[in-house]
Amino acid sequence: MALQIIEKSDLAFFVQNLMDHFQLEGVQSKGQSVYGQAFFYGTIRSPAELCLDFDCTVMPPKKYFLPPQEALFRFQTGPSPACFECRPNKPLVIFGIHPYDLKAISQMDRVFAAGTPDPHYLARREATILIGIDPTHVAPRSFWASMEAAVVSSGFDLMMTDLGANYIVETGSEKGKALLGDYAKVRPATSDEVRQRVSQRSHIADMGQKRGLTFPKREIPILLQHSLTSPLWEENATKCLSCGTCNLVCPTCYCFDVWDDMELNLTQGQRLRRWDGCLLSDFARVATGENFRGTRTSRYRHRFYRKGQYLFFGILDDVACVGCGRCAAFCLPDIADPVEVFNRLKEKLN
Amino acid sequence: MKYQPLADISPYLPQWAEISRIQKLTESERLFEMHLADGEPLGHKPGQFIELSLLGIGEAPISISSPPGVENSFELAVRKVGNLTSAMHRLKVGDRVGIRGPFGTHFPVDETQGKDILFVAGGIGLVPLRSFIKFVLEHRRDYGEVTILFGARNPSEQLFLDELEDWRRRDDLRYLESVDRPDPNWTGHVGVITTLFPYIHVDPSKTYCVVVGPPVMYRFVIVEAKAKGIPDTHIFLSLERRMKCGLGKCGHCQINHLYVCQDGPVFRYSDIFDLEEAL
Ligand SMILES: Cc1cc2nc3c(=O)[nH]c(=O)nc-3n(C[C@H](O)[C@H](O)[C@H](O)COP(=O)(O)OP(=O)(O)OC[C@H]3O[C@@H](n4cnc5c(N)ncnc54)[C@H](O)[C@@H]3O)c2cc1C
Ligand code: SF4
Ligand code: SF4
Ligand code: FES
Repeated sequence: MALQIIEKSDLAFFVQNLMDHFQLEGVQSKGQSVYGQAFFYGTIRSPAELCLDFDCTVMPPKKYFLPPQEALFRFQTGPSPACFECRPNKPLVIFGIHPYDLKAISQMDRVFAAGTPDPHYLARREATILIGIDPTHVAPRSFWASMEAAVVSSGFDLMMTDLGANYIVETGSEKGKALLGDYAKVRPATSDEVRQRVSQRSHIADMGQKRGLTFPKREIPILLQHSLTSPLWEENATKCLSCGTCNLVCPTCYCFDVWDDMELNLTQGQRLRRWDGCLLSDFARVATGENFRGTRTSRYRHRFYRKGQYLFFGILDDVACVGCGRCAAFCLPDIADPVEVFNRLKEKLN
Repeated sequence: MKYQPLADISPYLPQWAEISRIQKLTESERLFEMHLADGEPLGHKPGQFIELSLLGIGEAPISISSPPGVENSFELAVRKVGNLTSAMHRLKVGDRVGIRGPFGTHFPVDETQGKDILFVAGGIGLVPLRSFIKFVLEHRRDYGEVTILFGARNPSEQLFLDELEDWRRRDDLRYLESVDRPDPNWTGHVGVITTLFPYIHVDPSKTYCVVVGPPVMYRFVIVEAKAKGIPDTHIFLSLERRMKCGLGKCGHCQINHLYVCQDGPVFRYSDIFDLEEAL
C-alpha cells in the first residue's frame, strides 16, 4: 500500500477510535528522570495523553510480550491435582515505538520462536498491533544509528514519520492496513511528501550519529573474540553494584526465573515466571552452592558477550544491542554503556 | 485420587508420573521408580534429564538414572539438598509428580559401539552415568572392554550398593573404587578418584572416557585421561548448571553460546575445552 497521510488535526480522531476498539497503550510523559523528562508506556485513556515526540522511554515495551511476572499455568493440589493452562490473548495496540525498540522486538520474536517456541510470548505478540514512530529527539545516551537501528523497514504494522504539518504512514502488514482503513482519516501522500520523508529520515540518522561506535557494528563479535582477558572487564566490574538495572531496562534482555506461588488456601496456586538478570549474583548458582559466574567480573563481562557474540552466533546473526542507551543512562556507577565499552576495547586492541 | 489429564499444549506444562517404588540409597539419596500416568514410555536416551515438578514447590532438573527399558518405567535418584528435593523425599509409592522432558543431549551410545569405555564417576555423578553403564551392560556384546572408576567422599556416600557388588564380581568389566575419607570398615583404596588411574591400562586408539562428577573433578580427571593418550574427541562429560526452563530460553544454564539444557548436559570435551566458563 502506498504511503498515506494523517493530518495532525486528525490524529486525535484516530487515537480515540483505537481507544474505543482496543486496549491502547502508548507513551506518556510523567515527571522527571535523571536525564530530564521521563517517558513511560502506559494505557492511553484520552488522545491528549499520547506523546509522540519523546526521546526514549525509561522502560522498553518488552513488558507487553514478556510481563515482569506472568503465570505459565495455574494449578490445584489436594485430592484431584490438576494444571490449567493460561494462554494470554488480550488484543492490544501499542502506539509509538521507535525503530530501535521495533528492532529489539523483532529480535525477541526470533528468540522466542527458535527451538521450542514459547507459546506465551508468541500469543501476546500475535495479539498485538505495533504502530512505530520515527524519533524526533535523541536521548543523551542513545547510539542507535551505529547499531543500524535508526530506521527499520519491517517489524511494524504501521510506521509513522512526523513531517511537521502531518504524519506520513507506511503500512507493514494486513493488520496495519485494516487499522488505517477502519479507524483513521487518511489520504495518499504526494510525491513531495514522500521525498520529505526520505530527507526527514536521513536527518534522523544524522541526529543519531552524535554518539556511536568508532568502527562497524559487524566487527563486534570478532572484537570480543580478542578481548576476553582485557583488564577493562575487571576495572569496570569493581564498580558494579550487581543491581541488575542494566538487564531490567534492556529491550533485548529476556532471561527469566520460574517459581511456584501458592494461594493462602494452600490448594491453589500458579507457576510464575518473572524477569531475572544475569548481573544478579545468584543467577548461575546451583543448590549445592556452586556459582558458575561467582565473580562480578564474570557476570559483568557475560552481558557484553551475550549481546555482542553469543546471541549473534547462536540465534540472531546480529548484535543483540539496538543502541537505545537505557542501560547507560540508568547504571548508577555508569559502567554499563555498550558503546563506551566496545570503543574502549577497540582502542586497547589497536 | 482423581487426576485430570494434561493436554500437550504448552512446553511448560508437566505430565503426570506415578511412583511405583522407592528405595533408600544413602542417608540423603533416594531412588524413585516411576512411570508416566498415560502409560507411554518416557522415550529417553542415557544421559538425558527431566524437569521434575511438585505443584506448589517448584521444579528441578534431575537426571534419568535408568537406561531406556522394555518396561515403561524409569528411575530418578534424588539427593536431598533443598526445597523440592526434600519434599520429594516425603513422597510415597502411588503419589504422582510432574515431569517435563526428556531434555538435552545423551551419552554416545552408538559412537562407542565396539569400542572400549572408561567410565569415571564422582559421587552423585554416578546417577546419570548409571544409565549409560547399565545400557552398556545390557548390550554387553556390542562394546569392548569396560572399566568403571567410582570415587566417593566416604563409604557411606556410595550409592547403588547392590549394583556395585555386582560390578565387583563380574568378570566382563573392571571396577575400581576409592573413597577420600575411609571409615574403620573400609579395606579398599583411599584417595581422590585420580589416584585410581595408575591402576588401569587403556588402549588409547579405541577407548572412550565418559566422566560425570562434581565441577572440581573434571579438570583433574581430564588431565589423567589425556595422559593415557585418550584424544579430546573421545572424552565426554555431563555438566550441571542452574536451569529454569529446559528450553534454551531462560538463560540460566548458558555457557558462552551454548545452553546446557539443550546443547548439553552431555558434551564432547573437544567441543568445550576452549570455552571460558565451561570447566
Ligand atoms: C542436568 C542436571 C541433572 C541433575 N541431576 C540430578 C539428579 O539426578 N539427582 C539429584 O539429586 N540432583 C540432580 N541435579 C541437581 C538438582 O537439580 C538440584 O539439586 C535441585 O535443583 C535442587 O533443588 P531444591 O529445590 O531441592 O533446592 P533449593 O536449594 O531449594 O533450590 C531451589 C531452586 O532455587 C535455586 N537456588 C539454589 N540456591 C539458590 C540461592 N542461593 N538463591 C536463589 N535460588 C537458589 C536452585 O537452583 C533451584 O532451582 C541435576 C542438575 C542438573 C542441572
Ligand atoms: S553494570 Fe551498572 S546497572 Fe548493571 S548491575 Fe552493574 S551497577 Fe547495576
Ligand atoms: S544493551 Fe543497553 S543500549 Fe543495548 S539495547 Fe540493551 S539497554 Fe539498550
Ligand atoms: S534451562 Fe533455561 S535456558 Fe537452559
